[in-house]
Amino acid sequence: MLASQIGYYALIIGLFFSILILPVSIQNFYSNKNLDGRIFSISFLQFFLVFLSFLSLILSFVNSDFSNETVFNNSHTTKPLFYKISGTWGNHEGSLLLWLLVLTFFIFIFLIKSNNQPKKYRILTLLFQQIIIIGFFLFILITSSPFNYLFPVPKEGMGLNPILQDPALAIHPPILYLGYVGSSIIFSASLAGLVQNYISKSWAKHIKIWILTSWVFLTVGIMLGSIWAYYELGWGGFWFWDPVENVSLMPWLCLTALLHCILVLEKRSSLTSWTVILCIATFTLSMSGTFLVRSGILNSVHTFANDPSRGIFILIFLFILILISLVIFFIYHRENTKDVNKIYFFSKETSILINNWFVMYFLSVVLIGTVYPIFLEVMSGEKISIGPPFYLKLMIPFLIFFLLFMSIGPNLDWIKSKNLKIKYQLVLLFIISILISFLILKNKGLTSLNNTVLITAAFYLFSTTLKDFFSERFINYSQRVSHFGFSLLILSILFNSIFSSEIITNIKVGENFFYKGGTIKLVSIENKKVNNYESIIGNFRLIDNNNNLTILKPELRIYNTPNTSTSEADIKTTLFYDKFLVMNLVKGNEYFNIRYQVKYFMIWIWISTLLLALGGTLSVFRRVNEK
Amino acid sequence: MYGKKVKLRVLFLLLVLTSIILSVYLILKLLEKDVVYFLSPTDIKNLTEINNQKIRVGGMVKDKSIMINSSEINFIITDFRNEIKVSYSGAVPNLFEEGKGVVAEGFLKNLNYLDASKILAKHDENYMPPEVKKALGGK
Repeated sequence: MLASQIGYYALIIGLFFSILILPVSIQNFYSNKNLDGRIFSISFLQFFLVFLSFLSLILSFVNSDFSNETVFNNSHTTKPLFYKISGTWGNHEGSLLLWLLVLTFFIFIFLIKSNNQPKKYRILTLLFQQIIIIGFFLFILITSSPFNYLFPVPKEGMGLNPILQDPALAIHPPILYLGYVGSSIIFSASLAGLVQNYISKSWAKHIKIWILTSWVFLTVGIMLGSIWAYYELGWGGFWFWDPVENVSLMPWLCLTALLHCILVLEKRSSLTSWTVILCIATFTLSMSGTFLVRSGILNSVHTFANDPSRGIFILIFLFILILISLVIFFIYHRENTKDVNKIYFFSKETSILINNWFVMYFLSVVLIGTVYPIFLEVMSGEKISIGPPFYLKLMIPFLIFFLLFMSIGPNLDWIKSKNLKIKYQLVLLFIISILISFLILKNKGLTSLNNTVLITAAFYLFSTTLKDFFSERFINYSQRVSHFGFSLLILSILFNSIFSSEIITNIKVGENFFYKGGTIKLVSIENKKVNNYESIIGNFRLIDNNNNLTILKPELRIYNTPNTSTSEADIKTTLFYDKFLVMNLVKGNEYFNIRYQVKYFMIWIWISTLLLALGGTLSVFRRVNEK
Repeated sequence: MYGKKVKLRVLFLLLVLTSIILSVYLILKLLEKDVVYFLSPTDIKNLTEINNQKIRVGGMVKDKSIMINSSEINFIITDFRNEIKVSYSGAVPNLFEEGKGVVAEGFLKNLNYLDASKILAKHDENYMPPEVKKALGGK
């Protein structure tokens, strides 16, 4: 009750301060003095008030204060404390407040960390960021306040959707948001840089930390969502090319391109306009993602409420931001004539440019696959969905070349590779890769040309990145770790999709099911009552052809509030494969519907994604220490 | 007649344009085969011919229609005007229940019978896929 009041008024005062920043910083912009100390204090206050507001929302959730509408809709007294807290951002209103919190936090960090940058550039960045922040303030206060008051006060809440009650998913939104919102700083900074004609080597050096940080958070955030989908949705996959997943992949691809392109700007001060376009595109994609998911156009667990006014608000806001950025781009964009560097074909620049083209191609495939169904529905009313075959067909042929370029690119020098004599090592590794992949596939009785070529390319990248660890020439550990992680990721995904097997059947208690690889027996069923759900645990004995026994106990949880059920898969993870068993009950039937999967290299998919992120993190720390 | 630079520019632009047109064409061509259309049982009744395309059918699982044996699940999808039989062997999602919304993906064998390869249900109790809502005529 009190907490909600505090939260609400903190938000309003916060909005007041964020508007106050505008005149103060504009005045400071035109004066000759240094950056005004008041700007720091006000933006700290702004952050502090949003933080206070967020804290009070968490408190309302912890205390199960059902006079607050958001708490009522998304919480329940029997829910464990951890999920009461994570419920704060497991809904539309709370997650927007989290967006705002991160926005205000990042701009404050930006201000204190950019001391060595020109004053006017810093103020302009702040101004652009304030436009976004004020937009979010208004959005929250007008259309989706998390502090609406309910009277009479209900005794019990509606509960949080049980499939969201999960540790991976509890931290998935905050991590992902750090990535999304980090791109807003990049966006504002690039616009400010354009206006001040400051897109240069030193700008690249300074903004790169932000790019890396957002990229790392986005990578980990997507991975957490993916892990959750793997064990909670019960399909046994980790990526479904679902529009909601694609929406997070698009900014990631854009950031990945930017991450490489900013290197060219930093080292060779070329590709300035391209960098700025990527900066704008990344943030636009993050915002459009929020719009598509929140407006209810894409339906999924992420769609909390289908209130058209919210969708329209974000759409208008998005439109204004894109318009502003485009206008600024066309007015202030100048040809870089100061120090134009010629780009040679055999150079790192070229290979990074090629990388960017490939990534842009992948991005447009994902974009078309995601947007086309929406577009078609609006135009013709036809409803369609686009499945994995579309993405795989369009991406795999290009992925092969992408992997090959990625193996060679990092071995080239900046400016011009003088060392053009064929490197025997690289050729040798290529031949070895072909042999290995052929042997693997032969062994498994699969000899499709497509797979062979793809695995060869992936193996080639794997071996060249591995080789780099032992060569003396580079000291760039972060790049090596990330590239190695990426090659491992591609390999694991490939092996996972080629070798994994699946058995689906319906089974009664006490029955045996025989299949080619062994037997599955449902020994018994156990019922248990846990505080906010009832659980049915199946006791399965699996015996494979080598007489190895595995006992798996998948669980079915039946929640009362809201009245729904979830399947908890039981997964036995080993170094090379996961045994995955999930069961389901159709009401009023004695048959249990089970899905048993052997998924190869699952754990390596997560490990390699972590390696990718680790590479980024190493690079951030190296850069911070350099200063 | 024109400078070398202009010629190069024009050539470059032409190249970019043709590659864009070509790629969009290819993508749309691919889309044609890989898209899945969404139909309600009534839409299916109104079909004149059955083509070999994957479709999705949405509606409610009819009461007392689910029949399970060890290899198959049979049920009926209804939109309260027309209905269609579905046979399916695969994993069912949570919340697959009689009287609840469902979307089945597969191939039509005839106008009354769908051989499903995938079943989708909604993620939470109060939420109904827009497709189902529409198929049910906003009930």
